[in-house]
Amino acid sequence: MSQLLKRRFFEQIKVMFGSEPSKPKEIAPAAQAIHFYKKGNRDLIAEKLHARAHAIHDNKWRNRRWVTLIIANLLFTFSFFLDIQILEGALTASRFVGFHLIDLNSGLQVMLAHKHIINNLIIGTGTVLVLWVLLGGRTFCSWVCPYHLLAEWAEKIHLFLVKKKLVTDQTMDRRLRTVFWVIFALLAIATGYTVFEAISPTGILSRALIYGPGLALLWVLALLFFEVFFSRRAWCRYACPIGLTYGVVGIISPVRIKYKLDGCFHEGDCRKVCLVPHVLDTVIKGRAVETEVPIGPDCTRCGLCVDTCPTGSLSFEVKGLSKLM
Amino acid sequence: MSDNENDNGSENASKPAVTPTPPLSKAKRQSNRRRFLRTALLTGGVLGAALSGFLPLIYSQKKRLRPPGALDESDFLSSCIKCGQCVQVCPVSAIKLADLIDGMGVGVPYIDARQQACDFSCDAVQCVLACPTGSLTYHKPEFLVVRPGAALAAKPILLAKEKDAEPTLNLTERMGVARLTRPEACLAIQGKGFKGQTRGPDFKGTMRYMDVDRWKPIRIADHPYDVPECDLCVRECPIKGAISIETVFAPDGSKRKSPVVHEPCVGCGVCEMVCPVEPTAITIEAREVWKT
Repeated sequence: MSQLLKRRFFEQIKVMFGSEPSKPKEIAPAAQAIHFYKKGNRDLIAEKLHARAHAIHDNKWRNRRWVTLIIANLLFTFSFFLDIQILEGALTASRFVGFHLIDLNSGLQVMLAHKHIINNLIIGTGTVLVLWVLLGGRTFCSWVCPYHLLAEWAEKIHLFLVKKKLVTDQTMDRRLRTVFWVIFALLAIATGYTVFEAISPTGILSRALIYGPGLALLWVLALLFFEVFFSRRAWCRYACPIGLTYGVVGIISPVRIKYKLDGCFHEGDCRKVCLVPHVLDTVIKGRAVETEVPIGPDCTRCGLCVDTCPTGSLSFEVKGLSKLM
Repeated sequence: MSDNENDNGSENASKPAVTPTPPLSKAKRQSNRRRFLRTALLTGGVLGAALSGFLPLIYSQKKRLRPPGALDESDFLSSCIKCGQCVQVCPVSAIKLADLIDGMGVGVPYIDARQQACDFSCDAVQCVLACPTGSLTYHKPEFLVVRPGAALAAKPILLAKEKDAEPTLNLTERMGVARLTRPEACLAIQGKGFKGQTRGPDFKGTMRYMDVDRWKPIRIADHPYDVPECDLCVRECPIKGAISIETVFAPDGSKRKSPVVHEPCVGCGVCEMVCPVEPTAITIEAREVWKT
C-alpha cells in the first residue's frame, strides 16, 4: 500500500465515525497524469456519450443481494416454522446447525450490560466476528439486515416524492451515529439493561418475521415514515449503531469495492444511488490519490454503484485474491 | 423547516481572513444551522423512543413468570439477547416473547401459565440449554446472589422420569411458588368432583400425559377427566412432592380437603393451567420465594 493510500485508509476510518471527507493534499504522479489528461479533453465528451449509450445497466448485484437477504431471513423463519432447525433463533443470536452465532452489536450490548460473559456468548460473537471480517463488515447491513431492504423500498418512494418536488431530503450530521453508539454503550453499562435492543429495527423485524408481528413494528413503521417524508435513509445513515459496529469490523476486511480512475467520467451516478456517498468522495473529479483506490470501511458493499457505473470503474474486489489468481 | 428564514447572524460576518478556508456563505451557514437542528431533532426522537425501552425496568417490580432457570429479573433483562431460541425449543410452546405494550422488554421471553404452563415435557429444561447468553442457566454465576427461599432444597424430581437413572431436573432455583389464591372457589375444598374437559373444549393448552405418550404432548381438551373429588392440580403436577390434597380444618372446626403446596414446588404453573374453575383458584406467584 502506498503512503497516500495508507493516509486515505486512516482518513476513511475517521470519515466512518462522522468527519467529512476532505480534498487530498497530495496525489500520486500516475493519478495526477490521468487527472491532467481528463482536464479539458474534448474527446472525452464524445467518449462519455458513447459509453453511456452502450452501458449495460442491469441490477445484477442488487438482485443477488436481495435474494441473499430474503433467503437468510426466511431461513430463520422456516427453521422455526417448519422445524427444520438449520438456523434457530433470530438475527440477534442464533445457532446455525448447532453452532452459536451472535450479532456483534447485540453481543456487545449484553456483555456491557450484564458484565458477565459465558462461553457460548464468546464463541458466538467470535464466530460472527471472523465471518464478517471475511465477508466485509457492513456487508451485514445490505446483505442480511431486513430493515435495509424495507428502507431501500422506502427510499424509492422518497426519491419519487423528491422528483415530484413534494419532499426534500433533509440531511443530518453523520457524527450522530457515533454519538448514539457511545450513548447506547454507556446506557448499557450504567443501567445494566440493553436498551438499544428495544428500538433496534433489525431485531424487531427479525423477531417479527420468525415469531409473528407485534406492536413493536409500529416503531419500524415510524422510522420508515420519517425516511420517506423527511430524510433519506436516516436510520442507516445517521443513527444505527449496528452499522458502525460492523463498519469497524470491515476496516480490516478483504472484501471491498475498488475504484479505477482511468475509465471514470466523474458523472457521479454512483454517489446518487449510494447509501453512504461520503465513501465515494474519491470518484469526484481530481480527488483520486492513486489510479486504483479501495473504498472505505463505511461502505456496505451493496453493489448499487457497481451496477450503476456505466464504465465499470467500480468493482468488487477481494484483497489478495486477485494477486493469487 | 422553512426555507425563507431570514439571516440574523452577524456574529460570523467579521471572520479574520488569516484562515486559509474561506468564510462560509450566509446560505451555507443557514443550512448548517438547520442541519444541526434536524440532527438534534433526530437525536431527541431516537433517545426518547429508547427511553421507553426502560419501562420494563420500572415494571420489573411487577413479577412476571420467566422461563425456568432465569436469572433474577434485572439480571435477566440485562443478559437476555432477545433471540427467542428458548421459544423455538419448547415442546409445548409455553414461552412467548413480550411485545411493546407488555412493558417488560420487547422480545424478552415470559410464560403465561394460565394459557400454557411449562410442564417440563422436554425432560431436560431445553430452553436453558438453548440460551446463548446465560440468561437461563443451570449454573448461576457466583457473583449473583440467590435470594433466600429462591433456592430449592433439593433438585426437583420429575415424576415423568422418576424411574429413569437420572430422575431430577437440573434446576436449582424456583420460578415462583403456587398459592391457593381463591380457596372459596376451589372444588376440592367444596368437596366437589370434576367431570369433563378442564378449561373447556376450545382451550388450546397442551400437556404431556405419561399414560398417553411420553414424547408427544396432547391438547388438554382431548384428555377429559372424571374425578369424584377434584384433585387436578395434584394429579397433573409434574414435580414430586410439590403439592398434595390434605385434610385441613376450616375456621368453623369442620374437616375438609384442600390442596397444599410444599417446598419442592418450582412454580411451573401446571396447576394454574389445569384448574377447572374460572378464574383459577390456584395461581403461580412469579418470582416468589418459599416462606416457611
